[in-house]
Amino acid sequence: MKHSNTKSRKHIGAVVAALLGVSSVFYSPFGGTGEADPYLRPDIAPAPADNQLTPDRAELGKILFFDPRLSGSNWISCTTCHNPALGWSDGLPTAIGVGMKTLHRATPTILNTAYNRIQMWDGRAPSLEEQATGPIVSPDEMNQNLDDLVKELSAIPGYKELFEKSYPGEGISKQTISKAIASFERTVVSTESPFDKWRKGDKKAVSEPVKRGFVLFEGKANCAACHQGFNFVDNGFHNIGLKKTSDAEDEGRFAHKKVKVLKGAFKTPTLRDIALTAPYMHNGVYKTLEEVVDHYNSGGENQENPDPNLKPLNLTDQEKADLVAFLKSLTGKHITMTVPQLPN
Amino acid sequence: MFTFNMKKAGFLLFAAWLPTTQAAEVELGQQNKSFVNNGQKVEQLKIKAGDTIRFKNYDPFFHNVFSLSDLKTFDLGSFPKGDSRTVTFDKKGAVDVECAIHPQMQLKLEVE
Repeated sequence: MKHSNTKSRKHIGAVVAALLGVSSVFYSPFGGTGEADPYLRPDIAPAPADNQLTPDRAELGKILFFDPRLSGSNWISCTTCHNPALGWSDGLPTAIGVGMKTLHRATPTILNTAYNRIQMWDGRAPSLEEQATGPIVSPDEMNQNLDDLVKELSAIPGYKELFEKSYPGEGISKQTISKAIASFERTVVSTESPFDKWRKGDKKAVSEPVKRGFVLFEGKANCAACHQGFNFVDNGFHNIGLKKTSDAEDEGRFAHKKVKVLKGAFKTPTLRDIALTAPYMHNGVYKTLEEVVDHYNSGGENQENPDPNLKPLNLTDQEKADLVAFLKSLTGKHITMTVPQLPN
Repeated sequence: MFTFNMKKAGFLLFAAWLPTTQAAEVELGQQNKSFVNNGQKVEQLKIKAGDTIRFKNYDPFFHNVFSLSDLKTFDLGSFPKGDSRTVTFDKKGAVDVECAIHPQMQLKLEVE
């Protein structure tokens, strides 16, 4: 495996081991308590029967994720937008794509997407496998023809070897490319945060504002109407009454399901590592968590088709600050990510 | 012979009673982001043509109920905990029922 960085493989192996429920020095703090407390991440991320997680598959997916040859220009990789140094997003209000074109939606983090029942802001991909090639073929994003990509990768001996090792007998295909990327994404999972330590019984792990913020989160502020469980999602879609950032109307989920409540509705994003993924919302309209809390406190600015869970919250300044403190307590330990050597 | 006649009479009485059976109203709860019937999560359900389903929200947030199936297209809107909405299924066939807000809530109805 001369293409592969040994340290990187060691790391991936540790993550996979942890996800498979095996004790690991990297991701062991979850120690099987995840099942009991809905606010703690389960050790095992679900994976389809035909793409069970293995260290080889995750490592191949990581290499593909970092490889700009996956784009039509050979210049844009998955990490261009899903940058591990920026919370697996890009730090921009909305993504920049082919030809430096500003796109109309924010780059979502890939953190914990393994646990999502549905993928993409508008839910158009039902699985990570189906999501993985979406940005690759999108003319606005990586602008790559998948048949051409299969030919390109097949001409690289290192890739032939890696695919054979990960998916014996399956070859390099659209399916195995998707499966490998999905496998890597399943290893990008949230790590222990001060909030998690507190849930496990360390009373000093978080401050009093954090504790008060969590009570508000589940109660008066009504955040838990949508942000539920360890991943703080409901796998659902909501129009949260954001002001428009451009003249172009974005119907969101409604484009795929013609039900009134879905007009302008987008998928509830995770709140794990939320302090690392500014700006916020599907259109990147808010720069800070304080602005986000102000938004919800107002009950939403755009009242064309608001989600019925939205309502003015009448939070005090102290309560708003407590909520922000709670959100910041969801930042996990830094994930050390070694950069892979790309095969030739 | 007497016994046989009693049985026959009993059967006839039962047969006469059958057609007068009222169309049923079935309650389906919406709980923990699932459709629930008698406390159990359901993803498939058989009902009779003419039956009504009452969808009742037991979760502390809004749910929706809709179907885009050809047999019966409807959108009951969104409603909070404690509220319910009804829909009657007159025609026989298959109907896919979902919650638009929570797409994992899916129910395959077979109307017989």
